[in-house]
Amino acid sequence: MDLTTEYLGLKLDSPLMPGASPLADSLDMVRRLEDAGASAIVMRSIFEEQITRETTGNIYAIETPAESFAEAISYFPKASEFSLGPDEYLDQLRCITEAVAIPVIGSLNGITARGWLEYAMRIQEAGADALELNVYYLPTDAAEASEAVERRTIDIVRLVKGALRIPVAVKLSPFFSALPHLVRQLECAGADGIILFNRFYQPDIDAENLEAEPRLHLSDPSELLLRLRWLAIVAAGVNVPLAISGGVHSGLDAIKSVMAGASAVQVVSALLKKGPEHLRTIRLEMERWMHEHEYESLKQMCGNMSLAHCPDPNAFSRANYMRILQSWRVGLS
Amino acid sequence: MTARPKVIVDGNEAAASVAHRASEVIAIYPITPSSTMGELADEWSAAGSRNIWGTVPEVVEMQSEAGAAGTVHGALQAGALSTTFTASQGLLLMIPNMYKIAGELTAFCMHVSARTLATHALSIFGDHSDVMACRQTGFALLASGSVQEAHDLAAVAHSATLRARVPFLHFFDGFRTSHEVAKIEKLTDDDLRSLLDDQLIAAHRRRALTPDHPVLRGSAQNPDVFFQAREAVNPYYLACPEIVQDAMDALAARVGRQYRLFDYVGHPEAERVLVMMGSGAEVAHDAVDWLNARGHKVGLLKVRLYRPFAVDAFVRALPASTRRIAVLDRTKEPGAVGEPLYLDVVSALREAREEGLSELDPLIIGGRYGLSSKEFTPAMTVGVFDELSKPRPRRHFTLGIVDDVTRLSVDYDRELDIEGDDVVRAVFFGLGADGTVGANKNSIKIIGEETDNYAQGYFVYDSKKSGAVTISHLRFGPRPLRSSYLVKQAGFVGCHQFTFLDKFDVLEYAAPGAVFLLNAPYSKEAVWDHLPREVQKALIDKRIRFYVIDALAVANATGMKGRINTVMQTCFFAISGVLPKDEAITAIKKGVQKTYGKKGTAVVQKNFEAIDQTLANLHEVPVPTQVTSRFSLPPIVPDTAPDFVRKVTAVMMAGKGDLLPVSAFPVDGTFPIGTTRWEKRNIAAEIPVWDEVLCIQCNKCAMVCPHATIRAKVYDGAHLAGAPPTFKATDYRGTEWKGSRYTIQVAAEDCTGCSLCVMVCPSKDKSNPRHKAIDMHPQLPLREAERANYEFFLGLPEADRSKVRLDVKGTQFLQPLFEYSGACAGCGETPYIKLMTQLFGDRALIANATGCTSIYGGNLPTTPYCRDASGRGPAWANSLFEDNAEFGLGFRLAADKHEQQARELLERLSPRLPGQLVADLIAGDQSTEPGIGAQRARVAELKRLLRTFSDAESGRLALLADYLVKKSVWIVGGDGWAYDIGYGGLDHVLALGRKVNILVVDTEVYSNTGGQASKSTPIGATAKFAVAGKARPKKDLGMLAMSYGNVYVARVAFGAKDAQTLKAFQEADSYPGTSLIIAYSQCIAHGYDMAFGVEQQKLAVETGYWPLYRFDPRRAVDGGSAFKLDSSPPKGDLAAYMRNETRFRMTENQNPDRYRELVKSAKNDIQERFRLYEKLEKGVPITPSGAAPAGK
Repeated sequence: MDLTTEYLGLKLDSPLMPGASPLADSLDMVRRLEDAGASAIVMRSIFEEQITRETTGNIYAIETPAESFAEAISYFPKASEFSLGPDEYLDQLRCITEAVAIPVIGSLNGITARGWLEYAMRIQEAGADALELNVYYLPTDAAEASEAVERRTIDIVRLVKGALRIPVAVKLSPFFSALPHLVRQLECAGADGIILFNRFYQPDIDAENLEAEPRLHLSDPSELLLRLRWLAIVAAGVNVPLAISGGVHSGLDAIKSVMAGASAVQVVSALLKKGPEHLRTIRLEMERWMHEHEYESLKQMCGNMSLAHCPDPNAFSRANYMRILQSWRVGLS
Repeated sequence: MTARPKVIVDGNEAAASVAHRASEVIAIYPITPSSTMGELADEWSAAGSRNIWGTVPEVVEMQSEAGAAGTVHGALQAGALSTTFTASQGLLLMIPNMYKIAGELTAFCMHVSARTLATHALSIFGDHSDVMACRQTGFALLASGSVQEAHDLAAVAHSATLRARVPFLHFFDGFRTSHEVAKIEKLTDDDLRSLLDDQLIAAHRRRALTPDHPVLRGSAQNPDVFFQAREAVNPYYLACPEIVQDAMDALAARVGRQYRLFDYVGHPEAERVLVMMGSGAEVAHDAVDWLNARGHKVGLLKVRLYRPFAVDAFVRALPASTRRIAVLDRTKEPGAVGEPLYLDVVSALREAREEGLSELDPLIIGGRYGLSSKEFTPAMTVGVFDELSKPRPRRHFTLGIVDDVTRLSVDYDRELDIEGDDVVRAVFFGLGADGTVGANKNSIKIIGEETDNYAQGYFVYDSKKSGAVTISHLRFGPRPLRSSYLVKQAGFVGCHQFTFLDKFDVLEYAAPGAVFLLNAPYSKEAVWDHLPREVQKALIDKRIRFYVIDALAVANATGMKGRINTVMQTCFFAISGVLPKDEAITAIKKGVQKTYGKKGTAVVQKNFEAIDQTLANLHEVPVPTQVTSRFSLPPIVPDTAPDFVRKVTAVMMAGKGDLLPVSAFPVDGTFPIGTTRWEKRNIAAEIPVWDEVLCIQCNKCAMVCPHATIRAKVYDGAHLAGAPPTFKATDYRGTEWKGSRYTIQVAAEDCTGCSLCVMVCPSKDKSNPRHKAIDMHPQLPLREAERANYEFFLGLPEADRSKVRLDVKGTQFLQPLFEYSGACAGCGETPYIKLMTQLFGDRALIANATGCTSIYGGNLPTTPYCRDASGRGPAWANSLFEDNAEFGLGFRLAADKHEQQARELLERLSPRLPGQLVADLIAGDQSTEPGIGAQRARVAELKRLLRTFSDAESGRLALLADYLVKKSVWIVGGDGWAYDIGYGGLDHVLALGRKVNILVVDTEVYSNTGGQASKSTPIGATAKFAVAGKARPKKDLGMLAMSYGNVYVARVAFGAKDAQTLKAFQEADSYPGTSLIIAYSQCIAHGYDMAFGVEQQKLAVETGYWPLYRFDPRRAVDGGSAFKLDSSPPKGDLAAYMRNETRFRMTENQNPDRYRELVKSAKNDIQERFRLYEKLEKGVPITPSGAAPAGK
């Protein structure tokens, strides 16, 4: 069965790959993913904010008490011996590129233009075959307009694309007011791929103690529908390859994603729950389904259910559930 | 001659650089001021830095200096080249092995940053009292007087010992040289190779103990032969001086710096000559040159090789014209004819004359100077020469102090300043946390490296750990700087904190026409009006050029979060003119890049921005011609302070302690207590503010406060009459004391602003949970009002001890007898000590091991232990680091003996006393506060009756009667003491089972000396001497103590379970034998914001990192299990606890894979330990049965 696909200019054996996650933290896991048929490895995101916070935290913790008290000029061994930046990530990236034959995709969440650019360059230098820009930004300021939020994303893509030679994908959140338009602009800015969607951690409220509690939970198949709809809508208006991330747990989920327009299918939660070998199961399920339904290649179905080809595009574009769907059809009367 | 690198290093690094490269095995133990040498050696070895033979020296940290000396001795015997570094008490602990090493004629060189020995008080500062205590060991003593010499003579010592076989103690002055940063020429590896003869090293190896050629060393000898065998070493000592001179000559041949055993400088026909050694000789050198340039004929003999003392070389070095000699000793030997160097000079000259080596017969006088780093200046040197010129100079004198008791001090012209104009001098006042010292060290590097100038930096630190003030003294000049004393007349004075103007005479350091740079929160137009009159007057009188910058605003605007170092450094270069401005700024940026480049560009960029923003915000302020200010400097202490505080303590607080005469001091080191209350430091930018409506009155804020600056009282509302207008009070909510009023009050001027109280406060506003019953607010606007409120609060009656319910809430109504200590903001140790004083302070004796606890507990100028309204309070003393358990045991034995004698006397006198009184005094219950109160009343009655008797026994009983009230002996110290250096004594005291309570405030690292690993350091944590992260779990001290079966043991963490902590203290005190409390104490050496200390404690307990338990042998007596687990099975992610702390993150950053493995073993260790504890709780015996309390 031909599952080959093209994503970010990379010719891939199948659309199935692990999404950005701790899965790629261990080399052992990376090798198992490759064995299970992953067509690429996506590393977890570097978070510029986290690096900056940790670095300044370390520097603050080391320097503030130093040079204050005669008996203790410092409280830690000399910090110059330590690299407190993203080196660990880059080292891991290098190790993975050496360990596997499939493409390795880095992932980055920046907070400053300088950060986006610097870390993107370093990920490229470390040998990544492509880069995901994980646009993970929560607008909390009532004075900030949606246009500004979009512009920020577009500017970053333009900036990074201007400097990098490797392909760049943009991973978006579902919280944009005019997603198709934004994707088109990202395409114009040079994006080589768009991933729908990233997942925020969801803080819960501890009512007892009046505290917000950070929570991270895994996705479940119900999250698929949001993505299928937006894939279907976005795919109709752009040429840039799309990927799905979130909610794919089975072969059928993957088939639906491709039908909606995804060239690549990223899986995380299912692999975290069931192990990397589940990727092979998904692939086998896809092949079986395609065989049963007499598809020869994945390309046949790619985007066949997008807004452009879907028999009833209104199903995707309609906001309300219509009680009587078949009362009459436009053009038949 | 090859070009050698010029490096900017301090004396410790200069010596260690040679020692590390010339050694194979290094055993050390941290002690100020030598710790840096061991740390550097360890860091170099950890980084793979090799010695001159191409191997990485092995560095091992031992449990004490005694251990380090033993290890070194063994390594030497086994044929390795070895070294060690130490000072002061550490050196004393090495003496037994030094005799052995010398007796066995072992080639060995150790390096000592000479430090004061503890006598009437401890001092971390420099003098020769430690080294002088070793002159009888058989070690050669070689003295360096500067950073370059500490480097050069280290090489000479390592070289000479190989040929001489006499071991060497190479020393230089603690702090003055060990911590002075200077530009020196670094010896290359080739230089060292040329000095360390391979043949001699081979000979050292051949002497090694090895089963391949076995010999025996260390026999026991008898009267028939010991003496002769001891005399066999003589030829080696006779040959030693010449060998040292040869090594000095060899060094000179390579590098051009010529040293001699005794270096004479000055007039070739000098009549008056000074003899001294160490850094003081450098100061005197300048003064001698200055005097000779003014027509005097004076000279100075610098002693390099003090032992073996070469009489012939000594007399040869003196000019034939010498008529009078003054010998200066940096040590004191009470009761001796004179100090050691003086005695040596007197005997050497006498011998030389009698042996015909010399005709000299000078008058010789001897003086003491510079004890505990007391300043030694050219003016003092001139003073000594003046004394020598007198018809009858004082035979014995002191220098640099005013001795108005025995009138020994030599007077000198305090205004005399001989420094030339070619030396740029600058003084900077900074706050420890603002990075001033670091920036200055960086400036020295820039000037030293970018120009041909020589540079010197010396830094005076605070004795407080929070809000610490630093004073930096910098010199730059075209020739080597010998001025090893503080700058007095600076051309540049920087004051990096505006509030210092109220506290210190900052402009005292400014020379006429100097530049003054002030960091002030005011514009250039407004700043003048905010200066006190005294400061305005000095600016006008000294014609000072005045610059101002709001550095904090620049720092905060550029994301530097209060770190004003880069901003102030840029200002210094911009206006001092020591370097062209642009060149300097490029150099500063280069330095920033070098320091932070590896850690990500964000930090670099922030610094760059701060540098770029600085110049636009730096302004010259035109100095008016008239003083216009309407306010003067506030008094240091109020007039209401006690006499001693006003006359002595306040002078020290103002930084003018040098002016105090001998008569100001107690003769035996006894000091009044409770003096911190007079030192209103005002160091908190923000202080807690109480919302009396929201408050649920749990008193947890008071419980966690490390400085006893937030307090609770419950009192009769009638006392509120006359309360200040902003004083807050509310109805008390408890059932006891119904109808009373309740107040939480903050000591605004004593608070350090750590915000632990806010973090622990459980009471949130239901509509706005961000607002709690305590929030932090800026201190300045509240200061005046809160000062009055606190004063009023202190006047409210203290709770009646006999009525307080002794739970967490109730105990916080008890007066803390430990207040406003100098501990770090957010300290995790002090809440335990404070709680102990609340519970038992009025009957406690505290033996305190040296360390943080002794520094914030007893470092002058002010001390935190205080007394209650009845005049009772903790009696506190510090003996040493290593002997604290034994010291405290001595307290117990004495108190018990006193009590026993009181009882005996009471029985003897009972016929004359009321029967019931005697019976109650002997058998009265003292297990509760009311019981103790009743006993105190009985003792008072007894004393009253005894006053009516006149016999001797009644008099004796009257003296001892107070011991009939039970005393609580507390032995307090950190993990360095309990787990390492003091463990032997601690173990013995545990085994004795006497009624002492041992409190170990466990920070899991040597905190006071700067974060060296102890046996308490946990697996995975980076510390000094565990640079890569400790590979073994911490020692389970509790289990070791429990194995005795009859020791009460508790492991506590007040932030996780305060009630359990309290219970443990109460049980420990009531337990009739020995108790041990191991207390989790967060520390700045863990590397996170101490405000989260309580949160980390919770995580530590939850994850099983710090299990809580109490092991009470009393429970076992009834057949139950002595062990009671007080925390739940480990849950949550241990890694999450660890990730919050830099000590663990550093390990992860170095090697993530190894770190993962360490975390895994940490988790396993926790699980296994918890299972073991569970077994214990179920009563599975781990000790022989039948063990029971064995106290008296």
